Amino acid sequence: MKEIINLPVSNIEEEEYHINMGPQHPSTHGVLRLLVSLQGEIVKSLKPHCGYIHRGIEKMCEKDTYPQVIHLTDRIDYLSAHINNHAVCLLVEKALEVEVPERVKYIRTIMDELARIQSHQLWWSSFGMDLGGLTCFFYGLRDREMILDIWEETTGSRFLQSYNCPGGVMQDIHPNFQKKVHAFLKTFKKKIKDYDRILSGNVIFENRSQGVGVLSKEDAISYGVTGPSGRGSGWSCDVRKTEPYSMYGQVQFNEVLRYECDTYSRYMVRMQEMHESMNIIEQLIDNIPEGDHSAKMKAVIKLPAGEYFQRVESARGELGLYVVSDGNKTPYRMKFRTPSFSNLSVLDHISRGMKIADLVAIGASLDLVIPDIDR
Amino acid sequence: MTFNIYDFTSFNRWIDEGLNSIMPPTWAMITEMAIIGIVFLLFYAVVGLFLVYAERKVCAFMQNRVGPNRVGPYGIFQTIADFIKLLMKELVYIKDSDKLLFNLAPFIVIIASFMALSAVPFAKGLHAIDLDIGILYVIAVSSLGVVGILLAGWSSNNKYSLIGAMRSGAQIVSYELSVGLSLLTIIVLAGTMQFSEIVEMQRNGWFIFKGHIPAIIAFIVFLVASTAETNRGPFDLAEAESELTAGFHTEYSGIKFAFFFLAEYMNMFLVASIAATVFWGGWMPFHVSGWAGFNTIMDYIPPFVWYIGKTAFIIWLMMLFKWTFPRLRIDQLLTLEWKYLLPINLVNILFMAFLVLMHWHF
Repeated sequence: MKEIINLPVSNIEEEEYHINMGPQHPSTHGVLRLLVSLQGEIVKSLKPHCGYIHRGIEKMCEKDTYPQVIHLTDRIDYLSAHINNHAVCLLVEKALEVEVPERVKYIRTIMDELARIQSHQLWWSSFGMDLGGLTCFFYGLRDREMILDIWEETTGSRFLQSYNCPGGVMQDIHPNFQKKVHAFLKTFKKKIKDYDRILSGNVIFENRSQGVGVLSKEDAISYGVTGPSGRGSGWSCDVRKTEPYSMYGQVQFNEVLRYECDTYSRYMVRMQEMHESMNIIEQLIDNIPEGDHSAKMKAVIKLPAGEYFQRVESARGELGLYVVSDGNKTPYRMKFRTPSFSNLSVLDHISRGMKIADLVAIGASLDLVIPDIDR
Repeated sequence: MTFNIYDFTSFNRWIDEGLNSIMPPTWAMITEMAIIGIVFLLFYAVVGLFLVYAERKVCAFMQNRVGPNRVGPYGIFQTIADFIKLLMKELVYIKDSDKLLFNLAPFIVIIASFMALSAVPFAKGLHAIDLDIGILYVIAVSSLGVVGILLAGWSSNNKYSLIGAMRSGAQIVSYELSVGLSLLTIIVLAGTMQFSEIVEMQRNGWFIFKGHIPAIIAFIVFLVASTAETNRGPFDLAEAESELTAGFHTEYSGIKFAFFFLAEYMNMFLVASIAATVFWGGWMPFHVSGWAGFNTIMDYIPPFVWYIGKTAFIIWLMMLFKWTFPRLRIDQLLTLEWKYLLPINLVNILFMAFLVLMHWHF
């Protein structure tokens, strides 16, 4: 603040106008504070101030056993809770060299894709809302409800499921699971056309998003913008393709890439990914093999001393999990490489020279989840 | 006394004569003004509350929701309950705000919409003031509202409010042109600015049908521009809740916020009334020249019902816009006005003048 006060009076014409977007602001969808320097309506620069909901999850993990850690990972990126759980389980299984049953792989993959779809649905809802189309919000939430119901039946929880556990899943799927997933796919394939009709094809929407917040492929790579945001810049960074885990090696699906590099292309990547996720689920849902829902694990899980790393593709990008173990039942050090944190870092770079309204659109197109940034 | 639902002229004369017979003319005049004022206040409040309710129901239906349904049958008393809540809320004092302007702003906004409403003909004879420059008066008075919005933004000592007010200023000043020019197109056709005459001239057909294509273009331009002028979506940049929290009225609470809220809805009602009066014949029933029987049946529907029906239809159209489209950006908003609507409008006026000159209209 001191520099601002000490500016000479003659500079008053060029003086920038600072506003705080957040910590409480409707378009940050959480407690993120952006200190924005404006000249009129134009964004000169912005500085993200994060840490408002920093809970020290990485430090808390050092005191918890591996099954307990899973419950904390739900709270990192609550919209891809399944996928975060999956990362921990894969890491533990890799370290202990446990082979999980085929059935578990199928269930986990289906759950991951359901998580991806509902995350993208919520993103679409809030994206529409950020651009002023409030009707989108209710369309998205209406369809997301079906997935939450499916989860509630099988996992017992609608939001933070903690369904995965080292070696498998907590309990077997509900008898209705397949039927309900089929019903969801059937409904959502119709509804997703409404999504395109109300937002994607709208002239106002196209003007608001095309050419806004251009992120080149080089910048995406150097800032580490992964996930749909990175793929919207044409960077092939899907962990499901590059390092297949669970069933991703066996199913047929396309990695959605677009090369316009703007908000519109990031939008279209996510819309297309919902179709791809449905495609993956369709391939798996009828072929879930019979078997155990969990491998035999020891009562106390101790990882051999050493360093382990596991990546998965969460709904927002690449989630990396790095663990240093000293052979105890708790990790010595645990580090999450969360996608939203890296994606946030590029916000300043791509929103310079844009309008405030564009900043909101760009922020929405990066699909930031604030607990994922702050951990 | 002859109370006639189709013509209020004799009813008005009866009140006027009755008052003049019991008190001196000056006092009779003052009493009449007071009566009209009270009637307008009541009308204003009722319409405002109803529009808020209607908007909530319309948007609920568009969004697969039920909308208000708890207070009273179908939730019709919901807005009254909300209004009572707003009345009882604390008026928050904002530190370092310009107290005088801060308190004045809501009144300017509401007075502007109130004054404009007084020139609107609701039915035959149901007309507070029939100026011979009615349209000019309405355009002039309704644009006073922007002063209130600018003051609100300036005096709130809030940066979001200021940005919202500046946007609103740019927006209303720009779109004022299109509103004026599209009404001018119809004035060219009508040859008068007096509302009662404009309505009377549409006895044989509404201007939207009489004026061929130019009238339809003028109506569409008017609808777009007046939606922008009332700060409603997709042009609600002054409020833009996802960007500026609530724009110019961020810092207002309680009854002062309610004033802004009510004024927004009344402005919507006002522009819908103007559109209904100028393009769709106001209270004039739907007539087809030559079809005497049909015209008689149409005449049985009271003028007030025609007026309310047309206004409600246009309000419904505006609500559909708001809940369908995303919001424009400020530069796109100004581009739309200066690069598209204004040239279209200017050409349209020439077209209309040519049409009138050649007597090609009906």
